[in-house]
Amino acid sequence: MKHPSPPSPLREFWEQFTENRLALVGLAIVVALVLVAIFAPFLAPHDPTHQSLPDKRAKPGGKFILGADEFGRDILSRIIYGTRAALLVGVLSVAIALFFGMLLGTISGFFGGLCDNLIMRALDILLAFPYLLLAIAVVSAIGPGILNTTIAVGIWATPGFARIIRASVLTIKKADYVQAARALGASNGRIMLSHVIPNFISPIIVYSTLYMANAILVEAALSFLGLGVQPPTPSWGLMVSSGRDFLLSAPHVATFPGIAIMITVLGFNLLGDGLRDSLDPRLRNL
Amino acid sequence: MLGFITKRLLLAIPTILGVIFIVMLTIELVPGDPVELMLGEHATREAVEKVRTALGLDKPLITRYVLYVKNLARGDMGRSIRENREVTKEISDVWPATVELTLAAMLIAIVLGVSVGIISAVKPNSWFDNVNRVVSLLGLSMPVFWTGLVLIVIFSFWLRLFPIGGTGTLRHLILPAFTLSLPSIAMISRMTRSSLLEVLKEDYVRTAKAKGLSPRVVILRHALRNALIPIVTLSGLQTGQLMGGAILTETVFGWPGLGRLMVRAIFARDYILLQGAVLVFALAFVVINLLVDLSYSFLDPRVSTQ
Repeated sequence: MKHPSPPSPLREFWEQFTENRLALVGLAIVVALVLVAIFAPFLAPHDPTHQSLPDKRAKPGGKFILGADEFGRDILSRIIYGTRAALLVGVLSVAIALFFGMLLGTISGFFGGLCDNLIMRALDILLAFPYLLLAIAVVSAIGPGILNTTIAVGIWATPGFARIIRASVLTIKKADYVQAARALGASNGRIMLSHVIPNFISPIIVYSTLYMANAILVEAALSFLGLGVQPPTPSWGLMVSSGRDFLLSAPHVATFPGIAIMITVLGFNLLGDGLRDSLDPRLRNL
Repeated sequence: MLGFITKRLLLAIPTILGVIFIVMLTIELVPGDPVELMLGEHATREAVEKVRTALGLDKPLITRYVLYVKNLARGDMGRSIRENREVTKEISDVWPATVELTLAAMLIAIVLGVSVGIISAVKPNSWFDNVNRVVSLLGLSMPVFWTGLVLIVIFSFWLRLFPIGGTGTLRHLILPAFTLSLPSIAMISRMTRSSLLEVLKEDYVRTAKAKGLSPRVVILRHALRNALIPIVTLSGLQTGQLMGGAILTETVFGWPGLGRLMVRAIFARDYILLQGAVLVFALAFVVINLLVDLSYSFLDPRVSTQ
């Protein structure tokens, strides 16, 4: 009798993932955002930096679909270009956090002992800063701007990644296949690269997606406070902040960029939740 | 118990020393000369030198660090540069407003989050649970500063129910506190739901039901009590979120607290004041996490205090 071959893990994952309707919505939002960021020049109806004072604070509809801001710049075009700043800071800062988190977390979990203690205590200190505060402290020191914002958000996210990776490494280290590799005489470096790291890929994908959502929120918050992305670069947080001054006469100026932030963050949250459910069944219900 | 508390307190000291070091380090990283930045480009060389010596910035970082810790132990955080007032005075003037806002938000988040979570867990996958799931996700995805502005437009401009900003009465507090609490309501309700669902599968819950206790008693006294630890842990961590969010909420609502003081200090390049404000936030967070740790042994006697 022939046994049916077991389904490949990727296929199994994809089947589970596509059953989750909310996760698919998240995926669609994220894909759409990436496309918008790439094709911004083709999608934007106007030049995002073109000022036209007669049109200042124009109501939505007519020439400007979502209205114009205090300098008569098209809000829709600025939102479309703002996708670039949001995704750029999000992706790069998560990449920074992932790199350092992986480095510190793997070393800490794999070697243990004094090394582990030192790294974890140092990270505890970073974690002692309440949310946003560390990013604010870093940015207030190195100055605002898109690059510095990325660095600040990256530093803010590093301890979280390091902790998650360390926890995964600790579990994997005790697994039979690692013991077996060790018994076969594999070196530390080889065990780490070919056995440990591939096995924490799925929690990493999940947390990276969820951290993207947070990184975008932190970037928006820093820009809102005037510490992040600087004008005239279109950034959603900055746009909300500039709309604050005419909330009563032109509420649309602050409203639409805020909706853009919300949809983006929601997209990454939905996608992250969906990935967690299908990649890591142990974490379900969380 | 007392030994455990002392041990945890002692363990917090290196963290606090580290936090102070990081705060001083970030200021060390300021590109260029912080004193020249503070005084502006028209300052004379002598003036710059004078301020530098007065602030002790001519000494190496480690010397300044030891001095700062020594002074801090005596309750001295230096003098702010712009106002030339004691930093401790400036902070103690605004600190109560932030405590009031954060506590109110925490209270709203716990009461609403836990109740919504319980209802969701009792009837999982009901319409209430589904609505709650979507609303929670929205709550987690809305930027606090924007939610605040939207609430101001709706409740202050259009409905005229609450004042636009300022402080003093309960009506001033409701809108900012609710804004600040939204993401935490979402987090706490999600955690309560999953933690309670887990506990409801346990044998002792079935036993309690089987011996004819009312569902109310089973859920509140048997299940919830055992589901509390993750909820308390999360609530503790959420205070960090709330303090960070307070910086934004205070800016939006013109709430005269530590967050606004901090933002003001950043723009005025008043590093001494900024250092103090960041430190107070971080210390408060360390203390709260300490309290959360201590609460475990009350909530679950099995958690060893040794």
